[in-house]
Amino acid sequence: MNATIVVNGAVERFTFESGDMLADVLRAAGYVEVKKGCDTGNCGACTVLVDGKPILSCSFLAARADGRAVTTVLGVEEEARRFASFLAAEGADQCGFCAPGFALTVIALSRELPEATEEEAREYLKGNLCRCSGYEGQNRAIMRYLEACNAR
Amino acid sequence: MRDKNAGAATSLSSDKEFSAVRKSSPKIDAEGLALGRPAYADDLAPPNALFVKLVRSPHAFARVASVDASKALALPGVACVLTWKDVPRTPYTRAGQGYPEPSPRDKFILDEYVRYVGDEVAVVAAADERTAVRAAALVEVEYEVLKPVLSVDEAVDNPILIHPESGIHENFPIGFEPKRNIAAAYRMEIGDVEEELKRSEIRVEGLWRTQAQAHVAMEPHVSFSYLDIHGRLVIVTSTQNPWHTRRIVGMTLGMPLKDIRVVKPRIGGGFGGKQHIHLEPFVALVTLKTGKAARIALTRKEVFRATFTRHEMRIAVALGASREGRLSAIDMRILSNTGAYGEHALTTFMVAGSKTLPLYNKVKAVRFGGDVAYTNKVSAGAFRGYGAIQGLFALESAVDEMAAKLGMDPAELRKRNMIAEGETSEVFRIMGEGTEGVAMKVESCKLDWCVKRGMEMVGWDPKRLSWEVAPGRLRARGMAIAMQGSGIPLIDMGSARIELQDGGCFKLHVGATDIGTGSDTILAQIAAEELGVELGDISVFSSDTDHAPFDVGAYASSTTYVSGSAVLKAARSLKEKLIEKAAEKLGVGAGEIAYEGKSFSAPGGKSLSLFDLSFGTLYGDGEGMRTLSATESFTGRVSPPPYLAGFVEIELDMETGKVEVLDFVAVVDSGNPINPNLVRVQVEGGILQGIGMALCEEVRYSESGRLLSDSLISYAIPTRSDVGRIRVEIADSYEPTGPFGAKSAGEIGIDTPPAAIANAIRAATGARLYDLPFTPEKVLKAIKGRVLK
Repeated sequence: MNATIVVNGAVERFTFESGDMLADVLRAAGYVEVKKGCDTGNCGACTVLVDGKPILSCSFLAARADGRAVTTVLGVEEEARRFASFLAAEGADQCGFCAPGFALTVIALSRELPEATEEEAREYLKGNLCRCSGYEGQNRAIMRYLEACNAR
Repeated sequence: MRDKNAGAATSLSSDKEFSAVRKSSPKIDAEGLALGRPAYADDLAPPNALFVKLVRSPHAFARVASVDASKALALPGVACVLTWKDVPRTPYTRAGQGYPEPSPRDKFILDEYVRYVGDEVAVVAAADERTAVRAAALVEVEYEVLKPVLSVDEAVDNPILIHPESGIHENFPIGFEPKRNIAAAYRMEIGDVEEELKRSEIRVEGLWRTQAQAHVAMEPHVSFSYLDIHGRLVIVTSTQNPWHTRRIVGMTLGMPLKDIRVVKPRIGGGFGGKQHIHLEPFVALVTLKTGKAARIALTRKEVFRATFTRHEMRIAVALGASREGRLSAIDMRILSNTGAYGEHALTTFMVAGSKTLPLYNKVKAVRFGGDVAYTNKVSAGAFRGYGAIQGLFALESAVDEMAAKLGMDPAELRKRNMIAEGETSEVFRIMGEGTEGVAMKVESCKLDWCVKRGMEMVGWDPKRLSWEVAPGRLRARGMAIAMQGSGIPLIDMGSARIELQDGGCFKLHVGATDIGTGSDTILAQIAAEELGVELGDISVFSSDTDHAPFDVGAYASSTTYVSGSAVLKAARSLKEKLIEKAAEKLGVGAGEIAYEGKSFSAPGGKSLSLFDLSFGTLYGDGEGMRTLSATESFTGRVSPPPYLAGFVEIELDMETGKVEVLDFVAVVDSGNPINPNLVRVQVEGGILQGIGMALCEEVRYSESGRLLSDSLISYAIPTRSDVGRIRVEIADSYEPTGPFGAKSAGEIGIDTPPAAIANAIRAATGARLYDLPFTPEKVLKAIKGRVLK
């Protein structure tokens, strides 16, 4: 089947089979910034924004994205670069495999709940698993990033 | 300690000022990874590569009676199907260890027998993933199902033999007795333990059980291979040990090692789970057979079912002490479960003693021993902590129990008995990893400060280790101490090559393997410090058997200490050459040159910039032109342990048995931190994995031996909402044998949570938890048992 998806602002036509998940379709098309960690919608590595909202693309049928706007981390490159600098300042990036999905979710948080408390931020990002960092450094980076966004 | 970026602890006592080390520089690959640049193996696979899928056994133990691949082969797009009859029959071990490996060679690439649910039966390669999956399902396998051995308690001397086949062997004596289902065994005794225990005024005994834990690195295992323009086999793979992979693949497939190149791109976490040869032989065989590129990417389910776990152990500990709280004897006997194959069987088992017993080095007698048994379960392998976390759970629980019996502050009991700077332990000399150890004096040990500082941070009050915050809700504190190593002495070796490039910057080639720890950054910091340049002046190329000098890889907490020392030696050696060259150009003696990093000066106001020197050596010096570079190697003569004191505050619900970690404080002596932030995050991450092992993580099987915990739904790892605070502080320490005083930090963080949490539960309820993990059911049962008594 076919779908027309706006990926990072550009209209693109995709051909795939009916049960295919969005993560696989995007990766096959070269959007390798979408990582796959668990295949069951648990780890958050495959997070992309669909119409601005974070979704888990490994468990989201590609067909559902037809006619919608999909944003990968490279679609919000400037913000992601900025958040990456906060993450790196804490040394919390580590293996980096979860980072693109994590950064996208943090960016979504900063838009949706710019004044989030630490507890709210933890809750919002609970679905983004990290096995390296113990989350402490990530949490510090999130709060410092939100603070910097709000100061602007 | 203090540095520009990190939050802080004590002040820097060393007089030495550093420019590039002891700085929390951001990881050099940070931005690229966060932006999702193609970096990991699966991002880099050629789009036309054949997709490889493995047909796996549905039975815990069976003989493959026949394989009919005709239907699979008839499917359009299928390139080949390989069974045990199509592959070389060379026994090997999948453990990524040095040569000869201390693990038994008890595995064949494919075998007539399958020994756990998930064991590989056949290799299917097809044009794309969908076709490969379909073809794998069409391979018809007839099994002669055998009765499995699933409990480690029933494994040794069971009439059912898991490895009845001939041809398998140990490389040197490791106690390998497949006719008894024993993969490895070891025993040692210093002094007379029975006698000392008999004589001791107070004794503690117990049997502790640790579970199999899954690594759950976020990136599933991936490999791909292709033939290069010269017909050489190139394997790009998510590995922690490129050279061991090349050697083991080459020797197993009967290929000259020169015909193989192994490349490790970025990898998404390892924790020991990628210190193995899991997928490389399969893609290699497909590429060799078809001439085409081949790629395999495991699903998360396959990672759970068919990569490795932590060794499950049964650990019996007996302790003796005087009434004054002097420990006199330690007896530790272990039964370890290696699963279907013996990867890391002996070495993880020995580390359960060798990296725990020296903590209490003043005892008069110590005994250690036991067996590592085969079962029909997923193989156990290397996993951060590598036996030490298991041994420490038992030992540090027993020490806590001893404190309770003595009516003494558990922190005080440890302070009286634990190892200190300038001391040694006989255990260092006797127990190595699969071999004898090396005698070692402890040159840096700030464990006393770590304990003291941890007590301050957590507000430790021995009279108030538990209190009620609401009816049925108790808070409690517990502690444990730990040690690990820094590489395997006289076995682990790392190398580095540094070259001056035009423009006055440097190329650093290292065999070391950054698995997400930040070691590429740390090694560049070491080079920049010695060469007196900026971190950005060093370009790092790592982990490619064609383009980097040898290194054993990232395991045994070795990279900063072993590979870092190689980098420091190479930088020193190159610096001498730079100074000689500058002296020659300035017409003075080398002794008269002052090297200030970017420039050289000599008496009489003569000076030369590094930039000009580099252009001269490469473009302008006529017959004097040459590439200035240095290659050096390092192997540790000792393995200086990092130390850690861990303190936990929990809240326990007496009605539900639920234990919550509110605060975990860890104070670590990892020597002088090259990059304090990266040391801290290693320890924070280790602690959370340790908390996961303590409270929720467990590899579980059905009665027939099928894995039940095979997804992130059925195997939960901690989320960011599951734990309160993790606070890490770094002791001011300097290891004289380490590069700029550094020791390791990779594993030590994981070691204390199980015992510290068990000890806090004991403080709260009087009940001792012996079985990991401490699920609410087990906690409640232990409390109820306590009340009934």
